[in-house]
Amino acid sequence: MKRDEVPQDGLPYYGEQRKAVYALDRNGHYEAVASSGWQVEATVTGDAIAEFERLAQAALQRARRGECSPLEYHMYARRMDLPTLAQSTGFWRCGVRRALQPQVFARLRARRLQAYADALGLGVDELKKLP
Amino acid sequence: MKVENFEHRHAGHCETGVTSSLLRHYGVELSEPMALGLSASLTFFHFPFVKVGGFPITAYRMPPGSVYGGLRKALGLTMRKQRFGDPDAAMAALDAELAGGRPVGLQASVYWLPYFPPEMRFHFNAHNLIVYGKDGDDYLISDPVFDQPQRCAAADLRKARYARGTFAPKGLLYFPQALPAQFDLRAATQRAIGKTWKMMLHTPVPYVGVRAIEALARRIETLARKNPDLRWQRLFVGNVIRMQEEIGTGGGGFRFMYAAFLQEAGERLDEPALRAAAQRMTDCGDAWRRFALAGAHFARKKPDVTPARLAALLRECAAQERANYEALKAWSKARAA
Repeated sequence: MKRDEVPQDGLPYYGEQRKAVYALDRNGHYEAVASSGWQVEATVTGDAIAEFERLAQAALQRARRGECSPLEYHMYARRMDLPTLAQSTGFWRCGVRRALQPQVFARLRARRLQAYADALGLGVDELKKLP
Repeated sequence: MKVENFEHRHAGHCETGVTSSLLRHYGVELSEPMALGLSASLTFFHFPFVKVGGFPITAYRMPPGSVYGGLRKALGLTMRKQRFGDPDAAMAALDAELAGGRPVGLQASVYWLPYFPPEMRFHFNAHNLIVYGKDGDDYLISDPVFDQPQRCAAADLRKARYARGTFAPKGLLYFPQALPAQFDLRAATQRAIGKTWKMMLHTPVPYVGVRAIEALARRIETLARKNPDLRWQRLFVGNVIRMQEEIGTGGGGFRFMYAAFLQEAGERLDEPALRAAAQRMTDCGDAWRRFALAGAHFARKKPDVTPARLAALLRECAAQERANYEALKAWSKARAA
């Protein structure tokens, strides 16, 4: 990659920030060049975020109908999936999966609720609520 | 308090950048590409059975910790590494090092660092950064992937240092303890390049090295057989690209960085063969960029990009990389003889 081929697509979320990439200058010598981002990166990152948002919205609808617990919504809203949440709390996956059911969630002990809340960076009251 | 003479430097990647900046502060001049090359941290692996976020893990470099770990033998560098069971002890140890005027490297989760733009915050625990001061309740952070120094509140940093899950940092804190007065660049380069081509060409399992690139090409070709859902296929391809662009260094950046290493080593040792290898490594990086671009088009539902086309581009990367490592192997053998 030559210096003038370094992507400068001005990704909005970079703001004033720049990434450093290595590219060849005119004499064929490598140097670090500041880049304002590549559209490719924005595309794939955007897709990954959109997928979490889709899952969160679906969970929100189901939670409002009482088909799943608010925990499922908060999990996806925090860009986690079930294995990540299980690892973050240290609980078994089957336990976390059960806690996604509203009736199980309602009977969770305070310590367990606190562990979920800590892993998601929320207060216990927020964890029980839906937006 | 603040370590006055610490200089923030912008880098292509977190761990190589942290290593290079820390070494520079403690008195060893080592550029970022040299840190990558001499630690033999360039690789490729794709483990179909290890999932991150529901998709198999694909990586373009060795696992976290291998850059400063890999320099241990090459340079005779000893990093003092500490992990803590208790977050309060971890924060106290950080303050103690800062009070002693020592900037330290930390491992932390990207998701819980508020200075990252929201679009970049995913649950990735193996991010590296340098703390070089504390101002009130804020820590002063030199994060090599940002061009300016950052600040982070103590509570946020504490949470980021204690994220759990894959690559859990457990409060990891490190700084160089014993530094090499000087080191044999030629010996270190030969050893590191030898390690890299051995890993890329001769790993006995097809999950690491050039064969892993070919395996990934086959996998992408047959995605439809595994799951006919097009949306899933797009996410799969997008995830491979994301590991390359976002979690890696951007645009097959490790290949360009390795090319920079080969160039620098070639010049300092006066080895035309290494400079030629740098040129070929640049071509590899460009091939990876073409793959990333096509992958993004595939994710954006452009009809002219098919999985077969992506696989062909990947095979091109594999062929170029293979040729280059073979050339490096020949160079190593000639030097050893």
